[in-house]
Amino acid sequence: MGLADLANPSRFLAFANRTIPWLGGVTVIAFAFGLNQAMVAPDDYQQGATVKIMFLHVPSAWLGMLGWGLMTLAALGTLVWRHPLADVAAKTAAPIGAAFTLLCLVTGSLWGRPEWGTYWVWDARLTSELVLFLLYLGVIALWRTVEDPSRAARAAAILTLVGAIDLPIIKFSVDWWNTLHQGASVFRPGGSTIYPTILIPLLIMALAFTLLFVTLHLAAMRNEILRRRVRTLRIMQASAAS
Amino acid sequence: MEATNHLGFIVASYAAAFAVVGGLIAWVMLDFRAQRRALADLEMRGLTRRSAPMRSERTTEQAKEEA
Repeated sequence: MGLADLANPSRFLAFANRTIPWLGGVTVIAFAFGLNQAMVAPDDYQQGATVKIMFLHVPSAWLGMLGWGLMTLAALGTLVWRHPLADVAAKTAAPIGAAFTLLCLVTGSLWGRPEWGTYWVWDARLTSELVLFLLYLGVIALWRTVEDPSRAARAAAILTLVGAIDLPIIKFSVDWWNTLHQGASVFRPGGSTIYPTILIPLLIMALAFTLLFVTLHLAAMRNEILRRRVRTLRIMQASAAS
Repeated sequence: MEATNHLGFIVASYAAAFAVVGGLIAWVMLDFRAQRRALADLEMRGLTRRSAPMRSERTTEQAKEEA
């Protein structure tokens, strides 16, 4: 089955039904390995044991941004290519991305209190991440406000493309402004500044979280396709009755 | 000493992660069951999509088994 075949909702459902159990299994294994590595990782020489919060905080932050990036591609798919599953992908990525962004904000606060002495500061990185969370809520609200999925898809796609401006702001906020939040330490020119005994568990956890995101997204897309089928049948039922 | 002082923050972070991930998994699974049940219910009442006769037969069979 080619990628283009997945544009057909029935073929996508068959693909999702086959793939989700396997992806779920691989995700569980990745988390078991990642959590084990995270627990046995040494304490940081400055931050001590609180570095273990990083194994949750950093992957959550990445996935919050990945979710919006995926929605941005899907928005182009909706507006430019009119791909039949693009708006399904965008709509279902929003709550998952919002959940990971919320987790990023919560774990960041819990990490900030012992390290910075405060749960929250209005610095550029934290504020732009909060803006991303609010954007997610806005898109979810928009989908719920407009009843017709195709009209909602176009409105949400425009908001998504506008909101994509926040992604480079989040990424480069620590370079453009003076922030309490540290600068890039994993993906940066000159290589990571994190010692391998902490970096490797972090990357394994990031992989596990990404697998979780993909599994949940596939499952949520399957649900959305079924929901639209139910909606179509109910409209047919109402038309037949009137 | 330091680890003990900050243990609460670490535990709270992992508890938040379990809650968020657990919530997402529950949302997806419950929604799947609800949509499948709604679809089967409609198809048992004779409503089928013209483009999916094979799937509708299967779903009706599943609904009968579940009933």
